[in-house]
Amino acid sequence: MQSAVQEQPPDTGSAAAGVSLQAVGLECVRDDRVLFRGLNFTLEPGQILQVQGRNGSGKTSLLRILCGLSPPAEGEVRWCGENIQSTRPEYFAELAYVGHAHGVKGELTPVENLNLARGLGRASGMEPVEALEHLGLAGYEDVPSRFLSAGQRRRVALARLLILRARVWVLDEPFTALDVHGVDFIESMLLGHKDSGGMVMLTTHQPLRMDESHVTRILLGA
Amino acid sequence: MNEPSLMRAFTLLLRRDLTLAFRHRSELANPLLFFVIVISLFPMGVSPESRVLQMIAPGVIWVAALLATMLSLDMMFRSDYEDGSLEQLLLSPHPVSVLVLAKVLAHWLVTGLPLLVLAPLLGVLLFLPIEAMPALVASLALGTPLLSLIGSIGMALTVGLRRSGVLLSLLVLPLYVPVLIFGANAVDAAAAGLPVTGQMYFLGAMLVLALSLSPLATAASLRISVS
Repeated sequence: MQSAVQEQPPDTGSAAAGVSLQAVGLECVRDDRVLFRGLNFTLEPGQILQVQGRNGSGKTSLLRILCGLSPPAEGEVRWCGENIQSTRPEYFAELAYVGHAHGVKGELTPVENLNLARGLGRASGMEPVEALEHLGLAGYEDVPSRFLSAGQRRRVALARLLILRARVWVLDEPFTALDVHGVDFIESMLLGHKDSGGMVMLTTHQPLRMDESHVTRILLGA
Repeated sequence: MNEPSLMRAFTLLLRRDLTLAFRHRSELANPLLFFVIVISLFPMGVSPESRVLQMIAPGVIWVAALLATMLSLDMMFRSDYEDGSLEQLLLSPHPVSVLVLAKVLAHWLVTGLPLLVLAPLLGVLLFLPIEAMPALVASLALGTPLLSLIGSIGMALTVGLRRSGVLLSLLVLPLYVPVLIFGANAVDAAAAGLPVTGQMYFLGAMLVLALSLSPLATAASLRISVS
């Protein structure tokens, strides 16, 4: 494990101008405990950033702060140089988040789930049926999602990444409950996204199979 | 079509919530059954005499409608909160207040509207004079969306809490009281053959106020609850 980008001063010059997601002096406090403090990093197009740390070190909290779901105790998150609090619509149009609770409704079929997701964000042009086929769920389009296995539901949630045209992917433990092929496929999706200029931020406890050189790492609670 | 369209998001969300409601029919029927049961118990519990029932009818119907709405508030955001759909909603580039309005509209269509349809029948059960029926329906038509809108604020504030029932009532009931007073009073006045324009104007004004302000408050509360 390497801790490459922690504690480096914020780079407000060149990165602020282009497309980038910047964390500046982030601090997160939970129940009077400081999980991390003074966290600085920049996520640029073509980068995969993996957040590491033991359980309870604030990985999920960090991702939620980056999505603007929870406010940081200190510091700010900047999208293209501006605080995300003031650029919410622009930032959210570029953001796809798959969290622990992955937002797949059990009573709805995978296609119905994805249709709503597509309506709420910026569509990529890929049809939900096609996205499900990519993720190995062909034939399950019209089965209520609660009859699917945990891994299959996770795949439905991850299919959102394909139907949305989002530049920033924030994924909280995307590999949970996925089988080996699923993990391989998601990794190839991540690499494809990176190569097309996307940005990925993820937490996972599983070692990534992709080449080390593709991934930047942050270690929390070190 | 690839650019996000607010109208499309609104209709999709409305349709999704209606679909969900119809796949949960029992949950849908609960508040309605409550409404019918409470009202039909009054003739047995108080007095079967038409004079007595006629007197209490407006209040009984309005109180039952209010409580039935409050019972059903939970389904507005609870399951969305638990399965993470709410986070997805908040991360949409669209204004959350408009999306909230779609959810409130869905809630009203599956709870408020059926109450509105049932109310005249239950009015007959309580010997409510026929002259008062239009006022009953009109006051409920203005009042039940108001109850859904106000309730959405309270629900959004308490959705993160595990047992929020009591707190929700404490938050919401004081705001429900004016609606109850004007609503029940309108029906009372109509039964006595008096004009009801004043009460209707008040209900209408409150509805406009709630329509414009409550989605903003609900959206802000949801952000707080999720963080």
